[in-house]
Amino acid sequence: MLDQVKGFSVTLRHLFRKPVTQQYPEYKRPVYPRFRGRHQLHRHDNGLEKCVGCSLCAAACPSDCIRVVAAENTADNRVSAGERYARIYEINMARCIFCGYCELACPFDAITLGNDFELSEISREALVYTKEMLLDKPIRRTPSKSVELFDEPAQEMERVLGMYEIVTATDPEGVPDDPEVGGLW
Amino acid sequence: MVDGPYITIIKAFVLVNLLMGFFAVMTWVERRLIGRFQVRLGPNRVGPAGLLQPIADLGKLLRKQSMVPEGARPRLYLMAPFVSLFCAIGAFGLMPFGGVVTFPGTDVQFHLYIADSNVALLFVAALGSLGFYGLLVGGWASGSKYSLLGGMRAIAQLVSYEVAFTLAVIGVVIHSGSLSFITISEAQQQWVWYIVPQFLGFLVFMVAAVAESNRPPFDLTEADGEVVAGYHTEYGGMRFAMFANAEFINAITLSALAAVLFLAGPYGPGPTWLEPIWMLLKIGFFLFIFIWLRATVPRVRFDQLMSLGWKLLLPLATLNLLVTAFFVVYG
Repeated sequence: MLDQVKGFSVTLRHLFRKPVTQQYPEYKRPVYPRFRGRHQLHRHDNGLEKCVGCSLCAAACPSDCIRVVAAENTADNRVSAGERYARIYEINMARCIFCGYCELACPFDAITLGNDFELSEISREALVYTKEMLLDKPIRRTPSKSVELFDEPAQEMERVLGMYEIVTATDPEGVPDDPEVGGLW
Repeated sequence: MVDGPYITIIKAFVLVNLLMGFFAVMTWVERRLIGRFQVRLGPNRVGPAGLLQPIADLGKLLRKQSMVPEGARPRLYLMAPFVSLFCAIGAFGLMPFGGVVTFPGTDVQFHLYIADSNVALLFVAALGSLGFYGLLVGGWASGSKYSLLGGMRAIAQLVSYEVAFTLAVIGVVIHSGSLSFITISEAQQQWVWYIVPQFLGFLVFMVAAVAESNRPPFDLTEADGEVVAGYHTEYGGMRFAMFANAEFINAITLSALAAVLFLAGPYGPGPTWLEPIWMLLKIGFFLFIFIWLRATVPRVRFDQLMSLGWKLLLPLATLNLLVTAFFVVYG
């Protein structure tokens, strides 16, 4: 019987706590710097595209959402720094799972994943991003913070790291003494 | 009818509309409170603090197509929500919100209740049981196994808890010697609120009342993990809303009943014009307990429900009844 009373007192105490809700459209919680969002195609400093149309990103893509059609660079139409360039470069955002494999596969760092995640559209066609869209800066930017400035997630990281250390310290199998090996990253 | 037909019709109209408004506000209060119990905000987007959320919900439900599923019995299917809602609202006609008042500016006098009956308690219990026909008929006429199972659960639950419920209430009846809500309330005001001498009966009544109103933790009739949404699985739009409405108004009715039987209904300290406010406060207090329960206790299993009803509440209610009778006769 006492336990029941305890349970009711717990819920009653929670009634007077400040809600933890973050009001999303008004308050946008900053994402991790390594958060994987909207893709970005990059240019060299001299304006040439970094992408050479090798299609390695399309090959690496697990959801098959990248379409690359390459064409030869000519003397009067030099688009990229390599032999060939991407005549068509499309990413279907409706299919993309934001795994970042394209970024890993790219030999020239031509495609990277940014932080922006507010990509809603009212038609599926609008979710197929063309090369021009991907080369441009995103229209809607998502705030992101450096790890040092991060409020709750940084604490969360410390908490996770702390837990990890406790686990390794009591692991009966024995973890190598080297602190470098014991770290989470 | 204590005021003649015209005033009674006006009072009934006002009461039903106030009840619906109260219901709408209470759905908002419930969702906000549940939210705060769970350390979140609850609906806060539509209107100031989300107060217009019930209206948005109503608009959404009104625009739904009214349809009858294949395999349903159309006439019974369409009728069932009305049965539930009628019985839920009907019981409120007997709830006292105060004594005689004078309409301001005139010398027209009227009572703050629609009718007083010397079998009011029986009548409310009967209407409450009749309302369950809406659930059973609706569940059966939907032509879906989950609906039927939900409806049958509702009936099994009602039969189990109606016994303990009635026995718990009889303690109050023995004290006051009447089934009329007015007499019961006045008797408490003259002696002591029945929650004190009838505390055991009050506890049994509260548990049975939660079970009767099909609210968590006794909402087995709509246990979503087991029978989808129970008897209203096949209902949509306003017919679904009527079932939901009936269920919540049942909770309000049971809160009012608890207020009348154990907390002297509309009577309390202060001038007579405070009486309706006292009644509302007491109803609100019990509704808060209903919501608090929902936020605290997980849904019981069906065998737990049955053993709680038959093995604990029924003996307790019987014991309470016997002790009360003994003290009233020899005390």
